[in-house]
Amino acid sequence: MLELGLGAALDCTRVMFPLRAEQLVYEVRGRRLVDGLSLTVDGGSLQVILGPNGAGKSLSLRLLHGLLRPTGGRVLWGGREADSGVRRRQAMVFQRPVLLRRSAAANIRYALGLRPLPREMRRQRLDELLALAGLESLAHQPARKLSGGEQQRLALARALALSPEILFLDEPTASLDPASTLAIEALIRQAHGGGTTVVLVTHDLGQARRLAEQVVFLHRGRVAESAPAGRFFEAPASPEAQAFLAGRIVV
Amino acid sequence: MQDFADAFALAWQLIRSGDPDLWAIVLLSLQVSLSAVALACLIGLPLGAVVGAFRFPGRGLLGVVFNALMGLPPVVVGLMLYLLLSRAGPLGELGLLYTPSAMVLAQTVLVTPIVAALCRQVVEDLHHEYDEQLRSLGVGRLGTLTTLLWDARYSLLTTALAGFGRAIAEVGAVIIVGGNINHVTRVMTTTIALETSKGNLALALALGLILISLALIVNGAVMGLRHTARGAAYA
Repeated sequence: MLELGLGAALDCTRVMFPLRAEQLVYEVRGRRLVDGLSLTVDGGSLQVILGPNGAGKSLSLRLLHGLLRPTGGRVLWGGREADSGVRRRQAMVFQRPVLLRRSAAANIRYALGLRPLPREMRRQRLDELLALAGLESLAHQPARKLSGGEQQRLALARALALSPEILFLDEPTASLDPASTLAIEALIRQAHGGGTTVVLVTHDLGQARRLAEQVVFLHRGRVAESAPAGRFFEAPASPEAQAFLAGRIVV
Repeated sequence: MQDFADAFALAWQLIRSGDPDLWAIVLLSLQVSLSAVALACLIGLPLGAVVGAFRFPGRGLLGVVFNALMGLPPVVVGLMLYLLLSRAGPLGELGLLYTPSAMVLAQTVLVTPIVAALCRQVVEDLHHEYDEQLRSLGVGRLGTLTTLLWDARYSLLTTALAGFGRAIAEVGAVIIVGGNINHVTRVMTTTIALETSKGNLALALALGLILISLALIVNGAVMGLRHTARGAAYA
């Protein structure tokens, strides 16, 4: 049901995947925070970017999503740089949800209004998304009065309102309790099951184990290791990943 | 001291009697100042929002100019407009001098920088919070502006209020371009100035009391609205 309503006006013919980052560099005042990052995201995959604090995870996600312009290197979508069409087929959920000063339903309606959709369809999608996030009874509540978990579910539902082909998530459960975390993870799984490619940043090992198909382990702004989830957790190859998995602090 | 008490008593009587001249003056004041604030918001809100939300060359300078113009002396604005609108002036053809329209114009000039400067600050703060999210959603420039203005609506109400306070209380500009003509361009502040100089303290005081009451009522209403809005985390 999440594929519903991909507007005909969008250029859906262009190949988006694989998403490839080539030697990305991001510097702030001479400090190199992302240092030659290369990775590939295949269409339909669920990729987890894992790493300790300060490894450059969030920055990498913003570089991929196009919120930040890299100092060096490039991001290629199906072999070409992003254009407005590609940008409109992505969505992102932030660590701290930024909700509009409106009702919960109005927040979703806002995102639905950004895509060409017939009025009837829009109403139907709104109901679907509210139900998906379990927010039907809170639809008319002010969004910013919701609890932390409800706010993040709303932010996720709003992102899904864009019918994205790829969904970026930046530590979406970092400040949530276990129940809310599981609810968010269920939503992520559901979106992924519907065909959405997912790139999730986390420092939570448990979450990575629960969700990942593919793991990219970042350390000091570089990819220390990239492997299928099974292999990564069973037998990490890099010393950094071994230390991180063993619970030793990696700096 | 006796004079003062007498004046108060007379003023109260005047207000209670519903003197038509008095209320005509109050009504014109409200008309002129509310029109000016509406116009100033129409110009100042988009202007302030653009400067608050977007980066472009000269942005910082514009911010400084808005802030500087907030303190524009009303008499100077009155004088400038007088020169523009007088028979020999470039806009003399319009025949606006000594009409309520000229007064609206003068107060608009005074209020627009206030609205723009305060709006810029409000929008800049909100933009700081919304920027990444709106860019991620793929919202365009116009969409960003309208979203910021709408989501800042309750804070901007205070901005409009500040503008209204300035407009309704100002005397220097309207007395020059309006001329304080009885039944035509006489508003509360100009009447107070005139009647005081004539020694007619009761009328002056009555108008002063109404002016202050109006300020209290409008402020109270806006505060109440903001309080409700804050309860809903909309402000």
